[in-house]
Amino acid sequence: MTPLSAATQLLEVVSATLAAPIFLGWVNQCRAWLQNRTAPSVLQPYYGLRKLLHKDAVLAENASPLFRAAPYVVFGTMVVAAAIIPSMGTGLPMSAAADGIALVGLLATARVFLSLAAMDVGTAFGSLGARREMMVGFLAEPALLMILFVAALISGTTSLPLIAEGLSSHALGLYPSLAFTAVAFVLVLLAENARIPIDNPSTHLELTMIHEAMLLEYSARHLALMEWAAALKLFNYACIGFALFVPWGAGNEAAGPLGLLLAVPLLALKLIVAGAVLALIETLSAKLRVFRAPEFLATAFLLAVLGLLVHLLLGA
Amino acid sequence: MNVSLTNLEACLALLAAWGGIGLAGMLRPRSLRFAGRTLFPLGALCGIAIAVGAAMHLGAPPESAVLPFGLPGMPFHVRLDALSSVFLFLLGSVSAAISVFSAGYFRQGEGTMPGLLCLEYHAFLASMGLVLLADDAYSFMVAWETMALSSYFLVTTQHRIPEIRAAGFLYLLIAHIGALAILLSFGVLQGGTWQFTFDAMRAAHLDPAWASVAFCLALFGFGAKAGLVPLHVWLPEAHPAAPSPVSALMSGVMLKTAVYGVLRVTFDLLGTQQWWWGLVALGIGLLSAFYGVIFAAVQIDMKRLLAWSSIENIGIVFTGVGLTIVFKGAGLVQLAALALIATLYHCLNHAYMKSLLFLGTGSVLHATGERNLGRLGGLIHSMPWVAWLTLIGALAIAGLPPLNGFVSEWLLLQAFLFAGDIPHTFVNMLLPVGAAVVALCTALAGYVMVKFYGVIFLGQRREAALSSAKDAGVSERLGMGVLALGCLVLGLVPSQVIRLLDAAARELLQIPEGHWGAQWWLLAPSATRHASYGPLALFALLLLTLLLAAYGVRLLYRRRVRRSAPWDCGFAAMDARMQDTAEGFGQPIRHIFEPFFLMTRELPGAHDQHPVYRVTVGDRIWRLLYLPLARATHATANLVAHLQQGRISTYLTYSFVTLLLLLAFVL
Repeated sequence: MTPLSAATQLLEVVSATLAAPIFLGWVNQCRAWLQNRTAPSVLQPYYGLRKLLHKDAVLAENASPLFRAAPYVVFGTMVVAAAIIPSMGTGLPMSAAADGIALVGLLATARVFLSLAAMDVGTAFGSLGARREMMVGFLAEPALLMILFVAALISGTTSLPLIAEGLSSHALGLYPSLAFTAVAFVLVLLAENARIPIDNPSTHLELTMIHEAMLLEYSARHLALMEWAAALKLFNYACIGFALFVPWGAGNEAAGPLGLLLAVPLLALKLIVAGAVLALIETLSAKLRVFRAPEFLATAFLLAVLGLLVHLLLGA
Repeated sequence: MNVSLTNLEACLALLAAWGGIGLAGMLRPRSLRFAGRTLFPLGALCGIAIAVGAAMHLGAPPESAVLPFGLPGMPFHVRLDALSSVFLFLLGSVSAAISVFSAGYFRQGEGTMPGLLCLEYHAFLASMGLVLLADDAYSFMVAWETMALSSYFLVTTQHRIPEIRAAGFLYLLIAHIGALAILLSFGVLQGGTWQFTFDAMRAAHLDPAWASVAFCLALFGFGAKAGLVPLHVWLPEAHPAAPSPVSALMSGVMLKTAVYGVLRVTFDLLGTQQWWWGLVALGIGLLSAFYGVIFAAVQIDMKRLLAWSSIENIGIVFTGVGLTIVFKGAGLVQLAALALIATLYHCLNHAYMKSLLFLGTGSVLHATGERNLGRLGGLIHSMPWVAWLTLIGALAIAGLPPLNGFVSEWLLLQAFLFAGDIPHTFVNMLLPVGAAVVALCTALAGYVMVKFYGVIFLGQRREAALSSAKDAGVSERLGMGVLALGCLVLGLVPSQVIRLLDAAARELLQIPEGHWGAQWWLLAPSATRHASYGPLALFALLLLTLLLAAYGVRLLYRRRVRRSAPWDCGFAAMDARMQDTAEGFGQPIRHIFEPFFLMTRELPGAHDQHPVYRVTVGDRIWRLLYLPLARATHATANLVAHLQQGRISTYLTYSFVTLLLLLAFVL
C-alpha cells in the first residue's frame, strides 16, 4: 500500500459518503426543471437528513433489535461498497479484498437486511415492500453480475479497478458487447435505485411503492441512515457505470497525486451529466405496473447475457 | 490412545465406537435420560475425534487395510485417502454438533423408543463413515444399504402417522432403485476381471463406451440419493417426516456421501474422463438448482422449504462436478482443481448451514408444534437464541459475504469465468449461460431465505399461542452455536480451508500443488488473472464502518427513542392477519415461473357464505413421470397376477416347464 493509494482510498470513501446526497439533490433538481416545477436546492437532501437526525426516534412496540440494527448494516455495506468502486482512482487497497462479485454480494446483503427489517414490524405495507424488493432484486442481481462478467471477460479480471484500467486503455468508443451491457446496466440502475419506471421515489401511494413501503416504520436517525444509504447506493451505481462504460480519467499510480486531483472535477462532471440523463429518462418514462417489472428486468438480464455471447462470438 | 495407531485404524475404532454407543442404547431402551445425557454426548465426542483424525490425515499418503471380516473370500477392504478425509471431516464435525443438539431434543413418547432411536442414529453415522472408507464394491454396498435402512427407520420415527409411513416408503423405494444402479455401475467398472476391489477397478481399462455406461449408471444411482431432478421427489417428503436432527443429518451429511460416490467413481475408479460427461452433470445440476429454488420459494411448510433448498444446493454442487469434468476432459487441470475445490467447499458449507437451519426448525417445531409457516411469526421475541443463530444460517445460505455460502459461490463463478480457455467453441459459449443460471439461483436463494426467516421469526405472531413459545435448551443452543460458528469460520478464513481441500483435489486430479495466493488472508485462485477475495479485511472494514456510523450518530445526537404503535400509514386497526403470508410471499415466483408449477386454484363464487381461496402447488415431474411409471408397474403386476391361479397342479406345471427349459439350456 503506497501513501498515494491510501490517500485515494480515504478520499474515495469520505467523498462518496459526503457527496452522495448532493448527487441525489442534483437529480431531483433536474427532474423538477424538466417537469416545470420550481426546483428545490441541490442541498435539500442534507436539510432532510439534518432534520431527521434532530428528531426523537419512534419505534414500533414490537420492533426487534434486528429492526434497529438494519439501518447501520445497510449504511455500512454501502460505505464499504463505495470503498471498492474506482470512482476517482484505481489504486484502491481494499479492492484486493473484494472484487466485482463481492460487490454484488455486498449489495445483496444490504437488500436482504432492508427486506428483513421491513418484515420485522409486521405491517401490511412492510412485508409487501419486502416481497417486491426481493422480486426486483432476484432479477436485478444476476443481471448486474452478468454485466460485470462481460467487463471481466474483456479485461481478464474481476477486480473493479483493474477492469476500469483495462477498459480505459482502449481507445474511445465502446466494445460491441459493452453496448448491450450498457443498456442492461441502465435498466438495472433504474430498478435497483427505486426510480421510475419500476418505483417512484417521491410517491406514497401504497399500491405502487416498493422502497418507501419498506421504510414506513422508520423515523428520525434510523430513517436518516436509510435515506443516506439509498443516496449512497445511487452514487455507487453511477460510479459502477463510469468504471465500466466511461472509465477514462480516473487517477492511478502512473498519474501520481496530480492525476488524483484532476480526477475529482472529472468525476463531478460525469456525475452532473449522468444525473441530468437520469432525470431525463425518468421524466420521459411512465411508471410500470408492478407485474410488468419482471419483464423489464428479464430484458435487462437477457441483454446482459446477450452481451456476454456477443463478446464470446466476436472476441471483443 | 496407542501411539502406533494409524489414522485409518483410529477412524475405524471410532466408527466401531459409534456402533457400540448405539448398541448401548438398547441396554435401557426406554430411558430418555440415559440416551440424552450419556450416549448422544459420547457420540458427539466420537464425531469430534473423527473430524480431528480426518483433518490430520489430509496431505498424508493414503492408508489401506483389509479387515478380517466379510464374506468368505471377500474380506472388507478399507482405505483412507484425502477425498475420504474431507468427507469424514464433514461427517465428524457436523454430526458432533447435531448429536449435541439431539441430546436435548428428543422427547419422551414420540414414536420410536429413545434407546432404539439411539441405535438407529449411531448405526446411520457409522454406516456413513464406512461408506467413506470402503475400498471394495462389496463393503461399499453393505455400508450403503445399512445407511439407507437406518435412515429409513429414522425417517419413520413417528410411524403411527400414515403420511410419514408413505414418505418413508417413497424414500426407501428410490434409495433402492439408486442402489441397483450403483451396483450395476460397479459391475461395469470391474471390466471383466471379476475383482470387486477398488484397486482392481482402478487398474481395469474400460473402453470409452463402457466407461460412459459406468459413469451414467453412477450418476443415476448417486443422483437418486443426492436428490437430483427428476429423482428428487423423495426429498420434500422425507425431510418433513423425519425428526429435525435426522433431517439435518440427511440433508447435511447423507446427501454429501452421494457426491463423494460420484467423485470417487468419476475421478478415482474411472481413469480417464470424457468432457461430455461433464456437460451431462452440469446440465442436470443446473436444472436441479433452478427447479429446487423456485419450488422452495413457493412452499408453505418450513421443512419442505428447506428440503427443496437442499435440492438447489445439491444442484449447485453437481454443477461444480460437471465443470470439473469438463475442465479435466479438456486438459485444463488447474482449472479443474479450482472447480473441484469450489464443489468440495460448497459441500462443506451446505453441511453446516443446512444442518443449522434444520436444527432451528426443530427448535421452532418443539416450541410451537407448528411446521406451517402460516401459523408462525414473531418468534424473534420469544426465542431470541434460535432466531439469531438461525439468522446466521439463513444469511450464509443466501450467499451473502462475509459468510461461507458466498465463498463457494465466488469460487464457482470464478471457475465459470475461466471457461473461455476451453478449446471447444460450443462449450465455452454454453458455459457462461450456466454462470447466469447459477447467479439467478443464488439470487433466488436470497429470496427464499428472506421468506423463510421473515415469516417464521419476524413480524407479528400469527397465532396467540406463539407468545408462550420457549427458547431452546442449553444443549440445543450449543449444537446450533457450533454450526453457526462453523459458518462464520468457513466464511472468514477460506484460504486456510482451501489449503486442506487442495490436498484432496491434487490427489484426485493427480496434479502438483495449486496457486492460492501469497497472503494468508487473501484468496487468489489464479496467478495469471487478478481476482482475489479477502473476507477478513472486508469484515473488518464493515465492522469499522458500522461502529463509526453508530458512534457518529451517538456523538452528534443524543435524542430519545420512544416506543409506540406501528405507524402503517396511520391505519389503526392492523392485525397479524394483514401481514404477508408464506403463500403471498411466493406469489411473484408463482407468477413469473408459472409454466414450471402444476397449480390448482380454488376460488370462491359470488354468493359463497364462507369464501375459500386456496392454491396448491404440485410438481409436474410427479404427474409426468412417476404416476405413469406407477400405473405401468401396476398394469404389469396385474398381468403377472394371471400366473397366480391358486391351484397346486398349475404351480407344479410351472416348475416342470422351468426345469425342462433349464435342461434345454444346459444341454
